[in-house]
Amino acid sequence: MPYEAWKDNEYIESLVKELQESGANVVVGSLDKLINWGRSNSLWPLTFATSCCGIEFVSLGAARYDMARFGWEVARSSPRQADFIMVAGTIVNRMAPVVRRLYDQLAEPKYVIACGACAVSGGPFKKSYHVVMGVDQIIPVDVYLPGCPPRPEAMIYSIMQLSRKIKVERFFGGVNRQQKQADFLKEHPIEGVED
Amino acid sequence: MFDFSILTEWIHSTLLGFMPQWLAVTTECVLIGLVLLLTYSVLALFYIWFERKVCAAFQCRLGPNRVGPFGLLQSVADMFKILIKELISLKHTDKFLFALAPYLVILASMLAFAVLPWGNGLQIINFNIGIFFLIAVSSIGVLGILLAGWSSNNKFTLIGAMRSGAQMVSYELSIGLSVLTMVAFAGTMNVVEIVEEQSNLWFIFSGHIPAIIAFIIYLIAGTAETNRGPFDLPEAESELTAGYHTEYSGIHFGFFYLAEYLNLFIVSGVATLLFFGGWMPLHFPGWDGFNAIMDYIPSVVWFIGKAIALSFVIIWFKWTFPRLRIDQMLALEWKYLLPINLFNLVLMVLIIVYGLHF
Amino acid sequence: MANIQETIAKLLPEATFEEGDILMVNVPDAKWHNLAKELKENKDLSFDFLVTIVGMDWTETLGCIYYLTSTKHNTHLSVKVTTDNREKPMLHSVSDLWKIAGIFEREVYDFFGIVFIGNPDMRRLFLSIDWKGYPLRKDYDESADLNPVTTESERQSDFTDTYVETPDGTVEKKEVRVFAPEDFVVNIGPQHPATHGVLRFRTAVDGEIIKKIDVYMGYIHRGIEKICEKLTYPQTLHFMDRLDYFSAHPYHHCLCMTIEQAAGIEISRRAQVIRVLMDELSRIASHCLFIGTYCMDLGATTMLFYTLRVREQILDIMEKTCGARMTFNYECIGGVMQDLHPDFVKDVKALLEVLPKNIKEYNKIFTGNVIAKNRMEGVGYLSHEDAINWSVTGPSGRASGWACDVRKTDPYSIYSELDFEQVVREEGDSMARFKVRMSEMEQSAKIISQLIDNIPDGEYCVKVPKVLKLPVGRWFRTVEGCRGTFGIYLESNGDTKPYRLKIAPPCLPAASVVDHITRGSKIADLITIGGSLDYIVPDMDR
Repeated sequence: MPYEAWKDNEYIESLVKELQESGANVVVGSLDKLINWGRSNSLWPLTFATSCCGIEFVSLGAARYDMARFGWEVARSSPRQADFIMVAGTIVNRMAPVVRRLYDQLAEPKYVIACGACAVSGGPFKKSYHVVMGVDQIIPVDVYLPGCPPRPEAMIYSIMQLSRKIKVERFFGGVNRQQKQADFLKEHPIEGVED
Repeated sequence: MFDFSILTEWIHSTLLGFMPQWLAVTTECVLIGLVLLLTYSVLALFYIWFERKVCAAFQCRLGPNRVGPFGLLQSVADMFKILIKELISLKHTDKFLFALAPYLVILASMLAFAVLPWGNGLQIINFNIGIFFLIAVSSIGVLGILLAGWSSNNKFTLIGAMRSGAQMVSYELSIGLSVLTMVAFAGTMNVVEIVEEQSNLWFIFSGHIPAIIAFIIYLIAGTAETNRGPFDLPEAESELTAGYHTEYSGIHFGFFYLAEYLNLFIVSGVATLLFFGGWMPLHFPGWDGFNAIMDYIPSVVWFIGKAIALSFVIIWFKWTFPRLRIDQMLALEWKYLLPINLFNLVLMVLIIVYGLHF
Repeated sequence: MANIQETIAKLLPEATFEEGDILMVNVPDAKWHNLAKELKENKDLSFDFLVTIVGMDWTETLGCIYYLTSTKHNTHLSVKVTTDNREKPMLHSVSDLWKIAGIFEREVYDFFGIVFIGNPDMRRLFLSIDWKGYPLRKDYDESADLNPVTTESERQSDFTDTYVETPDGTVEKKEVRVFAPEDFVVNIGPQHPATHGVLRFRTAVDGEIIKKIDVYMGYIHRGIEKICEKLTYPQTLHFMDRLDYFSAHPYHHCLCMTIEQAAGIEISRRAQVIRVLMDELSRIASHCLFIGTYCMDLGATTMLFYTLRVREQILDIMEKTCGARMTFNYECIGGVMQDLHPDFVKDVKALLEVLPKNIKEYNKIFTGNVIAKNRMEGVGYLSHEDAINWSVTGPSGRASGWACDVRKTDPYSIYSELDFEQVVREEGDSMARFKVRMSEMEQSAKIISQLIDNIPDGEYCVKVPKVLKLPVGRWFRTVEGCRGTFGIYLESNGDTKPYRLKIAPPCLPAASVVDHITRGSKIADLITIGGSLDYIVPDMDR
């Protein structure tokens, strides 16, 4: 990917536009559009934080960064009602089953943002014996957000990227996403779980 | 003041013109049902937006402003999302009760809509025990909450539901007694008559001291009845994750969410009816010019405006006070509100008997 | 110190002594419990405060170093107890003397596999029940195959082990139930809004009344102590930011001081002043966030947004100088990383101007509120003795009447020259803990205002050799973090890497005492008490 592309915030949209112009078969019904509009504009996070990034997430809600502007302030404590989980902080071996369970408890459609170096790759704890090296080992991730911890501006950007992704979800295929998720879950099964 | 009963009478007679009585009544029922549903959802969406904006203002923030002008479409987007969210079915739960609970909650608040005086001649049903009916149906809600907590098979929801049960049963008393005080003052349970009696002066002014006491108690008990802060123990986020509706997702959760806001509207609506003259404009005896100007504002605007103003106060509570503990909350009801309320009822009766009101 | 040595020599003739910055006594395990009893109860010694237990692996022997402090005489002592059995290491527990030792010993058991005879609860503390091996032993196999990442829920057990010594000298293992079979146990956490991170309470309740709490930690245990053993001294510094991320500066300060002391580096006065300024600024920011989140826990969400306003202002000041909002990595060996930003003095003065107004506002909104008073007053009472017994330091300890501020008891850096008061309250309830922090913000502001106009000129960082080797030895330093006494134990074998770096966090005792002070309270009080103790989970888990 060329360097310029990283600076282009709308690259997902422009990619769609390009495809449409080149005559790719796109049938996006208006109902789908409405649904995606609703989904992308109403992202309720799960209150979930393990360490430093969680505090920046609190700052994100505060007056200066005010995520309420985008309608993200309805942080639900119950995973059943949340739309995305911002894995804010290090995930350690003991926490891994819990994160996985939280992800399974989220209602569809559900999204994941790996927030901070630890959740992306293990970060400064790469040499540790008790840290999951990237949360994508246990749950599928939609947006990776580096930083230690990422600034609240970066967090806003990451959720906006997620929102863009959802807006064109139908185009890239809701089926496709679900398929990918199903594959992931098949590759990472939970054994011996008794409800 | 435009009398809406002219309009409703006209609709009725037009319908009777080309269809039999039973069909006309059925058509009207369906029409009313549709209008009610529409009002219900529009009001709920407005209230969600309103609360988020008010809360943001108290917290020196901006609140939703990206989706639509002033963020007005934010709650619409939320609604679309929540409509198509997955409904998670749980193992080891009572599936029927689990699904029934949100409908009970929403039913309770919807039934209460029937007797609210929306405007001059604009209410769905006018019968002589209107207030009684209101109190009766609003208690159905607690059943839904208890069922939700019980059927989820989760310890948090159970604790939430038990708290909710204790809370609602207790505060129902205060609501009932403060309403009784005002009914004694009005001398009728008929909603229309109560409103009409306030055509000269609202009860909060004419009933002076006991009316003000009754209003304050009603506001406190009403806040508790709607499970809003500082009485939001059944869904205390920091203690019980999301309280009795922890396990609900998608539109079932949406129902609880909507009902919470609609109950807020109903509580403020009843307060408007009992203390602030319902749809009656602000009239002062003797100020004829002023009264005439006030009459130009439509009655529906008066009613909804007053209700929203009162809701603002209740929202203000939520974003200012810390939460009470369960024993403190029950102590407040049984040790303070209830005796004061009984005393207030006696005071009101004395005032009526001796004609000490305006 | 000689006096202590004489007294101990009289009590236990076979004890040997090692001089150091803190006197160390070598005690054979069999005599340790009796000596410990004397140390605690003898009027001349009265070592009633157990700072930490450092588990050690000297390849041939395993052992523990107990750091003790007397709150009466303000004296320090360390005791070394060793065992050369690596297969089944056993030492005698002192958990009956110091309550907090129970948790500290569990930590040592978790990391080194040393079993403590007499400890009522010998479960792993941070690692899951099926974890293989003892990670801080030098011969620990770290391969991921041995302990793979799993998404299966970890095995639960309602039983715990305890080891009892029979009169004939053999040690027996016994199983004990944690909860009675008829208890209604509610699982609070690890993902729960009230636990301030990922802490887990298994709570036995009777209606709304709490009967017992079993604390589970380790959901954010990152093994920092072990990683530090693989890194050079300057590289270990940045982990201090990620322990208690609110008191990153004091923690950095502590480790830097320890390394500087060991290497014999004298730092400039300018660097000292900058460090103290940063410490106190972060103390204000930390207490601000405490007040906010605490009020949010109690349901007054709006307060959080008011307190975060001041915090953001402080973060701006920090960001200008340090270049980051939270993980600063600012203090380094020999001083600080960069010089102060030109705007620093101006910005801090602006902060000092708004701070008193803000504190007044907080008191107006929250402290005087009748609901807040009812929720906090008399809730979660912790007595003076219990605070010392459970090693609850910092503002929480001072709220119980224990004057435990390291800045006063063992002044480090330039604190002895500064004029400030140690805030101590006698009530010992949640309200006192809340008020102590409020007042501490004022005291910190007082310290800053004394320093801000006379920041001396000079170099901000002295020259330090690129490859830093410490001489053989051991050092233990404590500082006053935002949440209590923070200790660093450093042992060097002359290499560029620490042989053992033990972190003694203030939050571990604070979380351990929750069970003790919540018994008989309501579930809602658990939130009040937990919030007022203000523990940070990554700090206790490391």
